[in-house]
Amino acid sequence: MDSYGDLIAADDVLLFVNAAITSTGQREFHSDAGEQRLSLDFLHAYMLGNYRDLYAGVLALDINDYNAVLIVRRLLETTNEATAGQRRSEGRLIAARLAMLPPQRVYRLFDALRRARVNNRRTRAIMRDWLSARPDLAFDAVKYRSGLKRALRHAHLAPGHAHLAPSAEELGPFVFAPLTRKRYATPLLETWRRAHYEKAALYELPFTAAEGFAAKHGIPRDVFLQRIAPRMTRLETLRLQESAHQRGATDVQADLTRMPLTRLAAYVLSLPVEDRLRRRHELTHALESAAGRAAGSHRASWGKVTAVLDDSFSAFGSAHKRRRPLAVALACHYLLAALAGDYTGLWTSGRTDALLTYPYGPTPLGRRILDALDTTPSRLVIVSDGWDNAPPGLAAEVLRIWRTRLDPERRTSIVHVNPVYDAADFDVRRLTATVPTAGIRDAEDLPPLVELAQFTEGRTGLAELSTYMDTRAARMLSGHNHEQAR
Amino acid sequence: MTTLDLTGLESRPSQVWGAVRLVPLVRDEPVDDLRLRPELYGDVAGLVQVGPRHAYVSYIPHGFVATWTNDSTPAAAYGTQMSADGNAAPAATMGLRFHHRMARRQAKNRLRFLPMHLALEGYLALHFGGPSIAWEEWSQRAIRQGLSPRVEEAYVGTEVHGLGDALRIFEIHPNQCGVMLYVADALAAVFAVPHPDDYRALHPTLLQDLYGELIHHYATLMPPVREFRARIPDAQIRSLAHLRTAVADQERTWTHFHDTTMATGLLEHTYTWQTVHRMERFTLSRFLPTFRPKQENHIGEAITDDRGRIAYLKTFRLSENQVRRGHLLSRLAAKSWHLADTAVDLGIDEAQLGLRLESAGFGFLLRQDVLDAYRKQERTRDQR
Repeated sequence: MDSYGDLIAADDVLLFVNAAITSTGQREFHSDAGEQRLSLDFLHAYMLGNYRDLYAGVLALDINDYNAVLIVRRLLETTNEATAGQRRSEGRLIAARLAMLPPQRVYRLFDALRRARVNNRRTRAIMRDWLSARPDLAFDAVKYRSGLKRALRHAHLAPGHAHLAPSAEELGPFVFAPLTRKRYATPLLETWRRAHYEKAALYELPFTAAEGFAAKHGIPRDVFLQRIAPRMTRLETLRLQESAHQRGATDVQADLTRMPLTRLAAYVLSLPVEDRLRRRHELTHALESAAGRAAGSHRASWGKVTAVLDDSFSAFGSAHKRRRPLAVALACHYLLAALAGDYTGLWTSGRTDALLTYPYGPTPLGRRILDALDTTPSRLVIVSDGWDNAPPGLAAEVLRIWRTRLDPERRTSIVHVNPVYDAADFDVRRLTATVPTAGIRDAEDLPPLVELAQFTEGRTGLAELSTYMDTRAARMLSGHNHEQAR
Repeated sequence: MTTLDLTGLESRPSQVWGAVRLVPLVRDEPVDDLRLRPELYGDVAGLVQVGPRHAYVSYIPHGFVATWTNDSTPAAAYGTQMSADGNAAPAATMGLRFHHRMARRQAKNRLRFLPMHLALEGYLALHFGGPSIAWEEWSQRAIRQGLSPRVEEAYVGTEVHGLGDALRIFEIHPNQCGVMLYVADALAAVFAVPHPDDYRALHPTLLQDLYGELIHHYATLMPPVREFRARIPDAQIRSLAHLRTAVADQERTWTHFHDTTMATGLLEHTYTWQTVHRMERFTLSRFLPTFRPKQENHIGEAITDDRGRIAYLKTFRLSENQVRRGHLLSRLAAKSWHLADTAVDLGIDEAQLGLRLESAGFGFLLRQDVLDAYRKQERTRDQR
């Protein structure tokens, strides 16, 4: 039996995990960016002060990149508070997590460490190892020039250092005094030098670096987009496709079937309803194949599933996270269809065409949950921000009565996933204590989250939670994390 | 003298943010033949069906600004207006002069409320023309100009703490045609329009509307109000069907509670109605309360159809001072503006009434020598 303290610890960790999955320090529908950051900062400080090991262990879970960076930063800032054993395990977790993060975030983290004057030996070693593991430093030197420069300077790394091969002796001059050389032997560096004087050369550079040169040479946007299209990354193509098409650059064509599910859902929701109608076949196919990929080995293994999906006005999110909650709901809709043997999706607005959904109307969750329970599912998944308002508290009452009087043997497993962090409560908003609630960032994480959500029901203690986190950490360290497979 | 009847507008569960509670009013059948003037759709023109419509009467809510005139200067509608021809300029407008910054914003988005103190001042002037009989006590100014211009103080919605957020996060119901706005559970305003599209267009303008000082104080000082959360007694529930009935009961309970308890201050009292304009089957009228001091009093404008149902409604809750003033004026009006008769009616003497008029801000209505005589009378009474 766990002690009272252990139960509180487990509770705190879960609360923090929910926050770290959902909050990105940006504006949400109900709270602004300042409130979100203040609330999140408190949680980080609280976790670090009380449960340092668990705090580091959270790095192995599916938390978002923003919070992963914050955790790494706080751990490195407080190195001298950690014991030797803690440093070793933390160091491994940090290195593994940094390897998964997008490089621009890591360079920004290094810059934040520089500004915070964190320059202990561990920090420098971590920076050195991460940089030496980069596949192509010449590419980084072009695309993230100032980031790399500051990192090298902060970590006291000589670019000619043995760890920083290849093109090592050229890298130093390139980063610190780029135009002093007449020629570079490394092709990419030479292209960058030529791009200063020759328009054709810039189309061989990465998109973001080329964009600056295009402005410098005064190249019209449509010509530039048309010619740079092959150099764009997958997400750059997705992001720029619509604006490029409006300008007539038709070569910017994202391969939708290869996009990650939630991004794809957000893209679909950004299209006007007429476009979605016109491209219905293409979009549905893309969503379904992305969902199939995300479901992987779990495909069609969940039995009879009913989902209640929130498309009320609050699913609009904010100007920062435009339609994010709705995109998560839409992605969950397609993912659950792939996971379930028999699937029913119910939108709160009562509309039935998922592809044409848009945020509108109140949130009559209670009614919709009743309809869902009518279909006698073996699993009920609720995707909502938890602001049940028509009438307030009805969903909680329906779920409570269902659990206590109509289904005490728990034939139906119910889980609520919430894409929005509620800054005032330091947690995602719960519907009721009788139903587990988990934060969600990307719909792809649904299967592990449902695992995690079982802990929030208060039936499992700290020991089990620690075991679970250790397994996840071991899985991440051995490099078999599913995020990399994605 | 009839009460206000909100038949056809059904209240739905409230949404709460801080001290502000918004109760949506939903119409089963929207009124199709009375619509907002297309010019006023402004930004949301893309969202609502403004396109080809069959014959309809259009209306412009009181205080809305648009470029009505041919010389493209902005002007405000003075009092709610109706017109059968969708293109004619409203009959009564008030020219506006903006300073530069305002004018720029004006060009970008033409829809906005005029600085609303004009509008409110308008209200009292519209309702009270001044003394109808020139009893000798009244000053020349009162007789010639009536009460106008009177400046009434009120707060713009943006100054009411939390109202902006409450309106921003409010989730508009399908078919919603109106809203009842409570601050600290005191009814601040009721706003209803004929059609859901009109409501979507006008919802954000509630923030530019005017609210009395009482509402402003409540919003600043009150802690957040409670939500009325649904509670289902679980003893008799044995199946999902039972649960469904219980849920329907919960929804009915709220509607009943709201209409019979929360909104009584508005709905249970009688109002003096004054018909302003009739057009086809619609009647535009203004209403005044009976001015009961220390109670809830609302004034407003309404458009009703031939069956007497509300198509358009806008109310303003008077602050305590305004109620007191309105009370005095209505009693004076009832006695044909005769001071002595009114004093008897109120159970005080003439000098006391005179001083009450002065402290209510109506000193300028009385002749100076008469007022001085009242003051002297009162002084000697104090000394006695």
